Amino acid sequence: MKLFQLHRALSQRARLSIGVMSFVLPIALWSIVSYVPAVWHPQVLITDPGSADYLQVEMRMDRAAFDAEVADAKAEDRAPPQGIASNPIYLPSPDEVATAFYRSFTTPPPTQDGVWLHQSLWHSIKIIFWGFVISSIIGVPLGVLCGTYAAIARLFEPFTEFFRYLPAPAFGALAVAILGIYDGPKITIIVIGTLFQQILIIANTTRKLDIALVEAALTLGTKNSQLLRRVVLPAILPDLYRDQRILLGWAWTYLIVAELIGTTSGITWFITQQARYQHFPNVYAAIIMIGILGLGTDMILAQLSRRLFPWDRSLAKTG
Amino acid sequence: MNHPAATAATLPSYLDQSDAVRARFDRMKSRETILEVEHLGKTFKSASGTTVALDDINFSTQRREFLCVVGPSGCGKSTLIRILAGLEEKTSGQVLLQDKPVSGPGRDRGMVFQGYTLFPWLTVKKNVMFGLEVNGTGASTAEREALQWLQLVGLEKFAEAYPHQLSGGMKQRAAIVRALANQPRILLMDEPFGALDAQTRARMQAYLLEIWKKIDITIIFITHDLDEAIFLGDRILVLSPHPGRVQELIEVPVPRPRALMQCITPEFLATKGRLEELIHQSTGDDELESYPAVARLTDVADNVE
Ligand SMILES: Nc1ncnc2c1ncn2[C@@H]1O[C@H](COP(=O)(O)OP(=O)(O)O)[C@@H](O)[C@H]1O
Ligand SMILES: [Mg+2]
Repeated sequence: MKLFQLHRALSQRARLSIGVMSFVLPIALWSIVSYVPAVWHPQVLITDPGSADYLQVEMRMDRAAFDAEVADAKAEDRAPPQGIASNPIYLPSPDEVATAFYRSFTTPPPTQDGVWLHQSLWHSIKIIFWGFVISSIIGVPLGVLCGTYAAIARLFEPFTEFFRYLPAPAFGALAVAILGIYDGPKITIIVIGTLFQQILIIANTTRKLDIALVEAALTLGTKNSQLLRRVVLPAILPDLYRDQRILLGWAWTYLIVAELIGTTSGITWFITQQARYQHFPNVYAAIIMIGILGLGTDMILAQLSRRLFPWDRSLAKTG
Repeated sequence: MNHPAATAATLPSYLDQSDAVRARFDRMKSRETILEVEHLGKTFKSASGTTVALDDINFSTQRREFLCVVGPSGCGKSTLIRILAGLEEKTSGQVLLQDKPVSGPGRDRGMVFQGYTLFPWLTVKKNVMFGLEVNGTGASTAEREALQWLQLVGLEKFAEAYPHQLSGGMKQRAAIVRALANQPRILLMDEPFGALDAQTRARMQAYLLEIWKKIDITIIFITHDLDEAIFLGDRILVLSPHPGRVQELIEVPVPRPRALMQCITPEFLATKGRLEELIHQSTGDDELESYPAVARLTDVADNVE
């Protein structure tokens, strides 16, 4: 099979179609589970309670209990309840989620003090943004310095290694006590979750710098004080940018825990509210929205890197 | 293989020089000394023990000389040139550039490495401007000079290209002018054409001689290719390994201008014979590992020779 040769570049068409498949397959799987009654569907959605007075239309019950009820009714010559095979309420079908997705942008929130989905999202994006910016302001320079100077690495890295094993949410209570219940502690959790990994990853990237480039610069008369700006930074910039993209993805994964701290806010508030009222299609719509935002941002950043680093050879290989 | 014993009768000695060649050497020696290496030694200390890479190296070069350094691999050629460039600390002795001891790298000694060390994030032009700019030349002057240098090696069309868009030969030409743009006193080259294919390599050798003729530069050129050393060099410094020592400093009797056809002239062959003899001596038979005999895996009748 040509497709499975090691390190073989795919043709443009193969790349596109396989990439589309990566989304089509899970959606197809979801559709089969949702629309083919023979697959799973462990429950029955009551359409007519018949003679069973404890049943109501729209109610879900286990198939075994339903079958027993039907058998009972038939034996006693009563009208049997009727229903259609259905999945549990926590697994809505794709079309329900798609509708919820669309409606979340078009219908106003049901309660007076409710917020639109996009308002929740916007709040979450601001938390991520500030968390990531603050983390980068400290983490990127420190990482580069650690990767360049062994003494600085020795001073910071052991402690950073220790700290990165501490789960960021564990600092939630502390952050609330210090920074109050609003955005401060949430941003702090994102920073704690990102910063320590960031220092280590960027230090490692910096260490991978081809030392021959530094030597070439030295023989051209570059002074030690100029090396960082003239050689180290530009040489590692494409890799540093890639690291930042990965780290931004990690920052997103800390979002939900961060937003649960203090007063629940943002997309997390939206999700927990909707789950409380069992509006599961809305829950899925919100989760998918996070995915789209994350992937979208990353794709834009990837596209941007082609513009920013036209010399970067590794771009030719990856997407 | 021309074994020295068998060819000695038919070849002149490598020490014989024609009048023209001797006159050239006299002229060269009358120029001032650029670089002097005195009792240079280098010992590497590592966990696995100490390696004496260089031991009591002495030689000097005159201005505008082309000096080649040859020797078996591991004899300390790279270590020597890296010390001259200031990239490696010496353990003992000293290096004098125009009578001043050198320490650390500096723009007075340019270097071209075997690997392509152009800065990948800069265009070819910006690469050539790099040395000028870090030394305080203004951007517009640097640009003008860079373009002139690129013109010299026929790369002006690629001024705005990035290094990855160039072929190996073009990259090395760019690397050479990047070093020369700084107007160093001496150009150090560590197997600069080692990664090139044979054809490109031959063209680069001829080209390097052209450049060397046109500008005031002294070149120290490391190679393990004996033909390359004879084709390029005025003199050849032969090193022996473990520890790296100067075995002989040979004056190449092949007249200039050099041409590829000269590689079958008696002077050329005599010099090559001598180099092979020296390197054979220094490597010694015990160090040449012998390969095991290969068992036949084909039918006895199915011969290819
Ligand atoms: N950084 C180093 N640490 C330890 N030993 C080294 C180092 N660099 C070179 N050597 C040793 O010094 C000797 C000379 O190496 P080198 O100058 O690279 O030889 P050449 O360029 O002639 O092949 C070798 O034996 C090599 O193993
Ligand atoms: Mg070497």
